[in-house]
Amino acid sequence: MDEPFIHLAGVRKVYRTRGQDVLAISEATFDLAAGELVSLVGPSGCGKTTLLKILAGLHSHSGEMTIGSRTQPFDPSRDIGMVFQQPLLLKWRRVIDNVLLPAEILGLSIPQSRARARDLLALVGLEGDEDKYPYELSGGMQQRAAIARALIHDPKLILMDEPFGALDALTREKMNLELLRIWEEAKKTIVFVTHGISEAVFLGTRVIVLTAGPARMADNFRVELGHPRTLDSKTSEKFGEYSRRIYRLLMTDGGG
Amino acid sequence: MALNPQAAARYAWAVLSHLALVVAWYLFVKLGEVPKFVMPSPYETLHALLVPNYRWLENAAVTSAEIFGGYVLAVVFGIGAALLFSWFRSLEMAVMPLLVSLNMIPKVALGPLIIVWFKYGIGPNALMAFAICFFPIVLTTARGLHEVEPDLIDLVRTLKGSRWQVFTKIQLPGALPYIFSGMKVAAILAVAGAIVGEFLGSDRGLGYLMLQVQVTLDTAAMFMAVILITLIGVILYALVLALERMLVVPDARLA
Repeated sequence: MDEPFIHLAGVRKVYRTRGQDVLAISEATFDLAAGELVSLVGPSGCGKTTLLKILAGLHSHSGEMTIGSRTQPFDPSRDIGMVFQQPLLLKWRRVIDNVLLPAEILGLSIPQSRARARDLLALVGLEGDEDKYPYELSGGMQQRAAIARALIHDPKLILMDEPFGALDALTREKMNLELLRIWEEAKKTIVFVTHGISEAVFLGTRVIVLTAGPARMADNFRVELGHPRTLDSKTSEKFGEYSRRIYRLLMTDGGG
Repeated sequence: MALNPQAAARYAWAVLSHLALVVAWYLFVKLGEVPKFVMPSPYETLHALLVPNYRWLENAAVTSAEIFGGYVLAVVFGIGAALLFSWFRSLEMAVMPLLVSLNMIPKVALGPLIIVWFKYGIGPNALMAFAICFFPIVLTTARGLHEVEPDLIDLVRTLKGSRWQVFTKIQLPGALPYIFSGMKVAAILAVAGAIVGEFLGSDRGLGYLMLQVQVTLDTAAMFMAVILITLIGVILYALVLALERMLVVPDARLA
């Protein structure tokens, strides 16, 4: 690998709650190249979200973490886009004004950002819905708007925390395909947290497996399925192998 | 704003049901031959407006001033206090339990004290309305300001946004539906507060007039006074609703 975009070595996180130390992440070590779409997969409570928040600069941690390289300099205040499990759109704002929120916070030019927001809404398939209110959109469409919001300030790193976890199975499949398309067009590095094994394999150029109790990194491998991926990728032999590899780790794991 | 057929039908039914009530009232009085001092007819009630001695306009203006004055004060101080609480959490920890306890006081019971301290008149009666309106506004506003999605705060933090940005872009607009739900409750209470104040001590106002005409058994005038008091309340409530419509998108409104 060339110089990595994200470098973690021995990252560790201990929470202190009710006088007790809880080990959220025992040791996370991995390198990611720019432009990768990395699936962080593991059971609930294994520290996936914590790791994501450490990457977002929202949590303190011990160990070494650098984001950015000479070719891809990283500005932590404007190179992070976040997508959560819930769309969390502001219900008093129209879709386009929701997308503009990060631009307003960063003080970017609003006319320029507005034009960009329109392009992004078209990219995520919401052309014509710019002036609707969130309640006029389905859950999947709201999550598309949330993805556009994460892209508005053109960040280099998109952090997604089970973004399709609240959607029904069919919408989720569609959103997986959409996300791959958006990723190929937008050329971002994406860290995608999920507990769906096939989702992790289908989306990821790389899968990092975390197991619970004690939280630790169990595996880290490249997914050689080629791009663009289609639904046929899911029935390939390799896909099955990757999935079984993750299954074995998560099923033998002591956690729930 | 164009009226769609559904909304038009709703309004038509609202008007009809009110008219039906007046007709039922009329029939009840006429067919039941109810004496005027027990229940006047709608016509007799309207007729009471013609008695110049009752100085309807002046009395209605006084009561309105008390209601609106007390209400506006409660909105300003109620929202202001809740904002301070949200900015200074330690202040909230110290003062909020006290407010919750004070809220348990039946505000009406303060009436005699208010008279002792401030005599009687428009000011003390507005104070009565204020006392009764303040708590629902402060409590709902504080509640609304608390209701912020932690993930949204994280979103702003990743962009190194300021607390002020969280407040103006997320917290305050998010609290508006709560603020309005408190303001709507308070609008109804404000009327009760001002009238109780007038009952306890006053020399003007519709509540005062009611006590005067009670002595002479002019029930029609009492009816008229109740109707006017209700009207003032309805106007206040409608103004609050109109403001809510302007500021809060439909889906965000609380019942």
